[in-house]
Amino acid sequence: MSVTIGSGHEGNVRQQVDAYVSRVKGGEMGALPSVLSLFVLTILFSVLNPYFFTQGNFANLLTQTATLMMLAMALVFVILIAEIDLSAGVTSGVAMALFILMTNKGGIDWRISILAGLVLGTAIGAMIGFFVAKVGVPSFVVTLGLFLGFQGLQLALLGDGGLYRIEVPEIKAIMNDNLPAWMGWGFLIAAMIIMTAINFYDRSVRTRSGLANRPISLMYTKLAIVAGIGAALVAMLNLNRSTSMKEISGVPIVVPIAITVLFLGTLLLDRTLFGRHLYAVGGNPEAARRSGIKVVKIRIIAFMLCSFLAVISGIFNASRIGAVEATAGKSIVLSGVAAAVVGGVSLFGGRGRLIHAAVGALVIAIIDNGLGLLGLPAGINFLVTGGVLILAATVDAVSRKRSSTAS
Amino acid sequence: MTSQTPIVELIGITKSFGPVDVLKGINFTAYAGRVTALVGDNGAGKSTLIKGLAGVQQYDSGVVKFEGQEVSLPSARAAAALGIEVVYQDLALCENLDIVQNMFLGRETMTGITLNEPQMEFEASKTLTGLSVRTVKSVRQKVASLSGGQRQTVAIARSVLRNAKLVILDEPTAALGVAQTEQVLNLVRRLADSGVAVIIISHNLQDVFKVADDIAVLYLGKMVATLKSSETNHLDVVQYITGSRTMGDQA
Repeated sequence: MSVTIGSGHEGNVRQQVDAYVSRVKGGEMGALPSVLSLFVLTILFSVLNPYFFTQGNFANLLTQTATLMMLAMALVFVILIAEIDLSAGVTSGVAMALFILMTNKGGIDWRISILAGLVLGTAIGAMIGFFVAKVGVPSFVVTLGLFLGFQGLQLALLGDGGLYRIEVPEIKAIMNDNLPAWMGWGFLIAAMIIMTAINFYDRSVRTRSGLANRPISLMYTKLAIVAGIGAALVAMLNLNRSTSMKEISGVPIVVPIAITVLFLGTLLLDRTLFGRHLYAVGGNPEAARRSGIKVVKIRIIAFMLCSFLAVISGIFNASRIGAVEATAGKSIVLSGVAAAVVGGVSLFGGRGRLIHAAVGALVIAIIDNGLGLLGLPAGINFLVTGGVLILAATVDAVSRKRSSTAS
Repeated sequence: MTSQTPIVELIGITKSFGPVDVLKGINFTAYAGRVTALVGDNGAGKSTLIKGLAGVQQYDSGVVKFEGQEVSLPSARAAAALGIEVVYQDLALCENLDIVQNMFLGRETMTGITLNEPQMEFEASKTLTGLSVRTVKSVRQKVASLSGGQRQTVAIARSVLRNAKLVILDEPTAALGVAQTEQVLNLVRRLADSGVAVIIISHNLQDVFKVADDIAVLYLGKMVATLKSSETNHLDVVQYITGSRTMGDQA
């Protein structure tokens, strides 16, 4: 029997572009608004302040963003099921407190200590998931309670105003050291090879199943754009950005780590059973339940993944400031939610990807960085970021309405 | 078209909720390749009868035979394992997923630990094509962008994909306009023609006469009439539904 219903992969480049435009008009905008604002903001700040578009500021921007980006990606897993984790920041703080006590006071190997922190974080996620999914307490309340409680726990562990310097060079290196030039290029080339291979693999499987493929020129264009942006960034970061005698150059070590997490997380969401069921639970929990999906289990795992990635964001933060404080992770969590929403992750659940959160975090960090360079009062920064968040949430609500009434 | 053994046969089914007898000894049959309409006023017991078949709620007493064998239906999973699929009025679709993802939800095809999207896309496309569905542009459309009739189509096609032998449709045309009702009824007809037994619950007698081969009328928990739609008319059925006529009057 021949298949007559299309899949959107048919047609030439022109038809593909038309189809994309009509999807956007229909309300499926994805990361488009945030990617556009990223470009607009970059151009705007580059014009307003010549220092913005320099290798020094770019490296700075990337390390400033990394913590927020990782936390925003963590939150995607719970926002996708229309839940929230207000305790993600302080959970990472508690995990890092455990880490620093183990290494500094206990003299335990840093690798074991990091692992312990990650395990503790994941266990906290499981506990939140249990209360939310099994007991039925709203996640807002559970995590607000933990948000308050864990601040106390951090104080109890590290002492009032407690601050412990990180003595582990490997952890400090994440945010403060850079890859040698050749390694930066090597990482980019490896990433491009993997992306190209996945694209070709997908096409070959579709062909074998007798399905249409999008024009190959479209694939090459996309890959070329990614490679171009990547190459420009690597080249720029490989320039000397030091203001003193000692040369500083190379891609910050955190960049390949963040990209690897983004890549693995995206595979998990897009290509595994868990990912599919997570989106289903976010879209319509009752439909998911009737389809035989174990909704409770999916929800608990979502909270565990969120807390796990939050701890990684806590590691980034500790690396950046070179210390673990008793107040770590307290103020960042709302920015993390904001980053995810600005990037196009829907608070209504079921819509959004990790890359959206990453782009959203960049937007928020660029606003912060750019306005700072302009020397405007700090208050302006909050006002603008708040405005952008409300704008993004409005775009989400409106596009959601539009896409569900279209027929 | 009628085969000798019915796909499903209910004998002497009863169900009470406390002092209220909702089903009072129901006999009911549905055959492969035939559309059986289940009609009756609100509170007649249609939903209760269907929930028992779907395994969602158990009957108090009576015999359920599936393809001639006596079976028990303790859970929705048990019903599904036999090949009984119910398309509820709310359809139970995820709007944020596309047609393929919805049709395979909970029964995804895998290659190792990854989803086999091309295989699922092919099967979904084939199933829709087999049902002569022409209103859907792309199987990768999100369900959010589909009309009510198209959503109903996806929900019905999903049951076909699951190799259902008996498909129960709860008010499939209730929320639809004229053209979409027509499409869905045509789909129901093709579904039955493909050899599936279809039970359709409907308040709309016009739809019932358009699509059903047999009409079963419930009145206050009793099966008051089982008719061939070719041998009866609108007025008779209304009289059975309202209780102003019983099977005895016909003789």
